[in-house]
Amino acid sequence: MAGTGTAHLRAESDVLLRVEDLVVEFHVDGGRVKAVSGISLDLVEGETLGLVGESGCGKSTTARAVMQLPRPTSGRVRFDGVELTELKGDALRRIRPRMQMIFQDPISSLNPRRKVGTIVAEGLDIWGTGDAGSRRARVDEMLGAVGLDPDSTRNRRPHEFSGGQCQRISIARAVITEPKLIICDEPVSALDVSVQAQILNLLEDMKQRYDLTMLFIAHDLAVVKNVSDRVAVMYLGKLCEVGPPDQLYERPAHPYTAALLAAIPVPDPASRLDDAHVLGGDIPSNLDPPSGCRFRTRCPKAQARCADEEPSIREVGPGQYVACHFPLAPGEAIEFAATA
Amino acid sequence: MAFVVGGAILAPYLPLDDPQNSITQIARRGPFAKAGTAPGHLLGGDPNGRDMLSRLLWGGRTTLVIATVAVLIGFVLGGVLGLLAGYFRGRTDTIMSGLFDVFLSIPAVILALALVTILRAPAATAGRATAGLDPEVALIIALGIVSIPVLGRITRASAMSWSERDFVLAARAQGAKNLRIVWREVLPNVLPAMLSIALLGIAVAIVAEGTLSILGASVPADTPTWGNMIAGGRQVISLAPHVVFEPALMIFLTVLSLNLLGDAVLAHFDVREASL
Amino acid sequence: MSAIQPGPEAPAGATPLLEVRDLATWFESDRGLVHAVDGVSFTLERGRTVGIVGESGSGKTVLTRSIMGLLPKSGVRRQGSIRFEGVEIGSAPPRQMRKYWGAHMGMVFQDPMTSLNPVMKVGHQITESIHAHLDVSRTFARELALSLLESVRVPDPQRRMDEYPHQLSGGLRQRVCIAVALACGPQLLLADEPTTALDVTVQAQVLDLLEAQQRERFMALALVTHDLGVVAGRADEVIVMYAGQVVEKAATATLFSDMKMPYTEALLHSIPTIDQPSHTRLSAIPGRPPDLVHLPTGCRFAARCAYVQDRCLEEQPPLRPGATPGHEFRCWFPVGTPEGQAARARNEGVEQR
Repeated sequence: MAGTGTAHLRAESDVLLRVEDLVVEFHVDGGRVKAVSGISLDLVEGETLGLVGESGCGKSTTARAVMQLPRPTSGRVRFDGVELTELKGDALRRIRPRMQMIFQDPISSLNPRRKVGTIVAEGLDIWGTGDAGSRRARVDEMLGAVGLDPDSTRNRRPHEFSGGQCQRISIARAVITEPKLIICDEPVSALDVSVQAQILNLLEDMKQRYDLTMLFIAHDLAVVKNVSDRVAVMYLGKLCEVGPPDQLYERPAHPYTAALLAAIPVPDPASRLDDAHVLGGDIPSNLDPPSGCRFRTRCPKAQARCADEEPSIREVGPGQYVACHFPLAPGEAIEFAATA
Repeated sequence: MAFVVGGAILAPYLPLDDPQNSITQIARRGPFAKAGTAPGHLLGGDPNGRDMLSRLLWGGRTTLVIATVAVLIGFVLGGVLGLLAGYFRGRTDTIMSGLFDVFLSIPAVILALALVTILRAPAATAGRATAGLDPEVALIIALGIVSIPVLGRITRASAMSWSERDFVLAARAQGAKNLRIVWREVLPNVLPAMLSIALLGIAVAIVAEGTLSILGASVPADTPTWGNMIAGGRQVISLAPHVVFEPALMIFLTVLSLNLLGDAVLAHFDVREASL
Repeated sequence: MSAIQPGPEAPAGATPLLEVRDLATWFESDRGLVHAVDGVSFTLERGRTVGIVGESGSGKTVLTRSIMGLLPKSGVRRQGSIRFEGVEIGSAPPRQMRKYWGAHMGMVFQDPMTSLNPVMKVGHQITESIHAHLDVSRTFARELALSLLESVRVPDPQRRMDEYPHQLSGGLRQRVCIAVALACGPQLLLADEPTTALDVTVQAQVLDLLEAQQRERFMALALVTHDLGVVAGRADEVIVMYAGQVVEKAATATLFSDMKMPYTEALLHSIPTIDQPSHTRLSAIPGRPPDLVHLPTGCRFAARCAYVQDRCLEEQPPLRPGATPGHEFRCWFPVGTPEGQAARARNEGVEQR
């Protein structure tokens, strides 16, 4: 399974964001980490793309590379008609308000020494948008939009709020600069279950209200399905499968997608996971990933070809693309070895 | 602490004898001397007959000024260097850390001694001899330079850890310039730790001044500092112990209160994090 | 996919392994007394699994620590009784509890990275526990550790024995933690969110492992989690906690098919599931859990409940038995009852007007 290939990308003129062959690698003591190895994605305006995968797959790294924070090792990122990888210094800074990010840890993403009002206003303050009065009005509007009472929140500090409220503040901060794209990096993973639902609903509302386009990153498949128009599955720095969620989840074509879906604990006592459906083994190191298809070491369908040749992404159904030499046929079940 | 600072500030306004004036009657008399305390001199007199109380208060003034300004130099310069090193990392950090390490590996006292000597030496330029720096100023600069790497390292460590936080990334994502980020996001969080260390630093500087006095590198004995009072009183310690003990006690009390103040500052700024 | 096999029943009349009665744990803080656990009772038999479900602030973690006796020395007030194999351990000092830890009661924590000593080899951490409780030779202990690593399905155990925790992945580390907890063959295993920090595929592996170990050793397992999905497939009985109290207790099948507590229902409905179509609006529970220092009079969930009536705000409902034996819940207007439905309809009518 490989991310190489851009068969799943749509016409350049139709999309807001187009990422092509993104590669992020960096040096550590043991060698060179190949965090992202040739990912291509695109986003049409108003769409939500869910990027899902387990830890170490490179999804957060991809998000930051798209934002050029820090710059990717190679690859192209075209946003709103501008090639980001070619922008420098001031030009890059100027584009930033159009592309914002929401982070996983609500507490750590807010400066504990600053008041909430100034935190939310930061985007406007940096660029000197409007005067003090209009800025203050915008802040109040945003705080209200995310479900917080402006008068009682504006002058308090982050530590006085709960995780869910902090995340709302982060959302207000991100949306105030009227961005076109919002990248959400695991925005609900650190929150309690009952608060998750509130924030997911809020994100949906904000998206409608402010005409946002979203790249939503998470490891929880159910959450991703709920918010996305399109889902992309990653594994060890590569793209496995891309497609519309309802279709993808019902008829996964990639064995890894099937494994992820099978592992989800379902709140129904009658359904049970038995050994045969549990993906065994451990994720290989990204210092020295397996040759050819990176998933082959844990894939029951792996054959010689998988080690020799990296699969290119190709269409297997309407709007559904997979990078696999032996994709699952619709309705085909798959059995895994219980352990590596 | 308040007493010490208050006394130091008020010294010129109090009806005290001129600390440099000798009054032979009270020479070497302790506060509880058997032959009756020197009248009007609560804490007795020093070997040269000068009033101890007055010398203590004036001395406190001088000592505190030296220590505070020196640490202030360290705080500002060390702080700036540390902040930049911690935020930018990479080559900036390597250079700064290298500098810090070099200065830290020289024993502080020796470094201070050397600096004072250099700064006080009269310089000869184009045949015209200029006097060296005023000893007080020389001392301040020397102690300041010594304290830069210490404060620099602490600031750097703190700046590094705060710079990794998501809100700094968020600020960059909004297009803020680096300087703005350092000033508005990183600095306010680094400040409490720096302040706490700085207060402790003042305490250390006071003691250092004492050491340097004994080594003869501090202000000459006419102008009192706690350090040089101790240094000067060493010879008569068996006859008139109060000459050494009184300034020593002042130093002890001041250092203790600075330590406690430093802890309190840190505790006050310790932000409780919300639970999810 | 078959339904879960219920754990073996203990012979009638036998002393339960663990019996908790009216347990309360309160913490003294600047703001007042934090009622972390406020009157919890349940029993657990060998070979059975109980799932303890709740969110942050529900008291589930404090509950497990109270049972183990792992609470801070000062600033804690305790009430109620904890009986282990008939012996009262509720107020036992750490000296006495040390005999129980490892040998009779084991615990697995949420974050495997911080529960393992980073400077101690993996094998040593297991043998340390063995030597503390069993009087055996070094060779025997090492053999035992090796077989434990095999039983928790750590691949290449010989090599892993001599590695350090940071050289292992999260899933492997958690297996090691389980091995450490099981080393001396405890009768009771408390697992506090053992899979929350792990990926979903690893989660399934680890939960399977816990279950297999439980069956082999005929242990009692208390699985603490916030995920109803985790307990659905693996627990015999489920206890739902909210704001320090038990709000519903039932056999798993009963809980899901006949839940009575509005909180349980709301919780279930607020979680996105994969069989829902994309962009389904989630029915989120409004508001936040109550402040454990200043608890409301009346039902603690009232402020957020879709079924709330005046009575709920004034009078706290007691735990009442339901239709099925073993089912208890704490509500005046329970789900699925005529009073409950009427209450809800009334609230919705008011909203629409």
